Amino acid sequence: MKEPIVEMRDLWLSLKGRPILEAVDLTLEEGDYLGLIGPNGSGKTTLLRVILGLLSPDRGTVRVFGQEPAQARGRIGYVPQYTRFDADFPMSVLDVVLMGRLAGRGLFRRQSDRDRDVALSSLEKVEMTDLAGRQIGKLSGGQLQRVMIARALAVEPRLLLLDEPTASLDTRVGVSVYELLKALSREVTLVLVSHDVGVISRYVKTVACLNRRLYYHRSKEITPEMFEAAYGCPVDLVAHGHAHRVLADHLVEEAGQD
Amino acid sequence: MTLDALDFPFFQRALVAGLLASVAGGVIGTYVMVRRIVSVSGGISHAAFGGVGLGYFLGFSPVMGALGFGLLSGIGVGLAYRRFGSGLDTLIAMVWAVGMALGMLLIAMTPGYAPDLTSYLFGSLVLVSRDYILLIAGVDLVILVTVAVLFDHLRAIAFDEEFAQVVGEPVAGLFLTLMGLTALTVVSLMRVVGVILVIALLSLPAAIAQQWSEDLRNMMLVAVLVSAFCTTGGLFLSFWLSVAWGLDAPSGPLIVLLAASLYGLSSAFKAAGKTEVSS
Repeated sequence: MKEPIVEMRDLWLSLKGRPILEAVDLTLEEGDYLGLIGPNGSGKTTLLRVILGLLSPDRGTVRVFGQEPAQARGRIGYVPQYTRFDADFPMSVLDVVLMGRLAGRGLFRRQSDRDRDVALSSLEKVEMTDLAGRQIGKLSGGQLQRVMIARALAVEPRLLLLDEPTASLDTRVGVSVYELLKALSREVTLVLVSHDVGVISRYVKTVACLNRRLYYHRSKEITPEMFEAAYGCPVDLVAHGHAHRVLADHLVEEAGQD
Repeated sequence: MTLDALDFPFFQRALVAGLLASVAGGVIGTYVMVRRIVSVSGGISHAAFGGVGLGYFLGFSPVMGALGFGLLSGIGVGLAYRRFGSGLDTLIAMVWAVGMALGMLLIAMTPGYAPDLTSYLFGSLVLVSRDYILLIAGVDLVILVTVAVLFDHLRAIAFDEEFAQVVGEPVAGLFLTLMGLTALTVVSLMRVVGVILVIALLSLPAAIAQQWSEDLRNMMLVAVLVSAFCTTGGLFLSFWLSVAWGLDAPSGPLIVLLAASLYGLSSAFKAAGKTEVSS
């Protein structure tokens, strides 16, 4: 049998004394396209950060490409939910995308023509070639999001992790991003974090629900048990195509309790 | 008549020292600015003063003491910064104050003649020696070679350290390299504007440069030029005040005030440009 891309066994993690992940088991096989849903604060981003080796579990094991996560770096593309950098940073869009080419380059090898070609074709995939020379701070939120996706693609990753990649995109661009990811999913293993259940179920191959615990049956179907466990709200409505509304209402209600 | 200054060897040395220090200050100041570690660099420069005191007390070169203290505090604060992130204010304030306290105490306890503290605190370009000029030139060389080789990598950790880590960059090593270079820069700026004003010459030219640059290399170049203009301008101003008015105005504070005025002007022009575009 082929080695799994990601393998988590009985993984527990808490941050500042607060439990975030509990008893998580997850196996990603080559070619998987997993949609990860769950309410705010359910540990979705944390789960990605564990795969990236940015956080270590308190208990349990995680292997990426059969290795420790920190050893697996350079083969994973990552699109973070929030961009942390400074808008005034003097750097062009192309230079930002070229960061993806630092993977495995080593400290002393110069940037090659191929690095440039890959970066440019990554920009082309997200329809951002025209703005390659623009300073990164002069982009709209949606444009910036597409640059972040291009940067992750420039890694030429075997595994691509995306944290709410379409949150700040308008519908047309959002759809084109999903179409792009769908095309990519033929070559790359993907994990897509989203709160948009409707979109998720339209594009991904399998769905998992997370709320500290992970509910995953390697299928595309979100069972009422999974949904209720993750969201703790009435689920029979979801099955009848009102996922957006149920979810939105629930999130509002949850925000009100904070 | 102010140009007569160039006939004096001490003035020539001061000019060369100022220009050489501008190279280090402009290049590293650019990283300090975009990586937002201005306060860390302030901590390092004040810690370096402790090394000056130790040098006097134990009878070795105060500059070497400053270099040692600067590097140690740079790497120490750098490690803590990586571990605790921005919740580091207290530690920086402590390093800052302890360095100054130690320096003052050790110098006061040094037997014999009391060295001129002002020249370390506020700089004294006109007193720099040939050896010190060589030291700054050496620091420039180290900085330029390191930055030329590691340019993409240092930029990556300054821009988005998390992503740099995800693609496998040795972020801790790169950050400590940056801290080490910052310590070297602080020591080379120490005689120009003094430990108290180093923070200004590291940040102001780079801040001006950032307002007019869309590329990190350009920003470095502009920062070096602005810094060179300020050090040269401050020196001539100091000479002129002394010759024409008989005023003993040290160059260090003049350099800093010149840089601050330029920053004000630059910000005003920038703001005016923005209003014009939007109207």
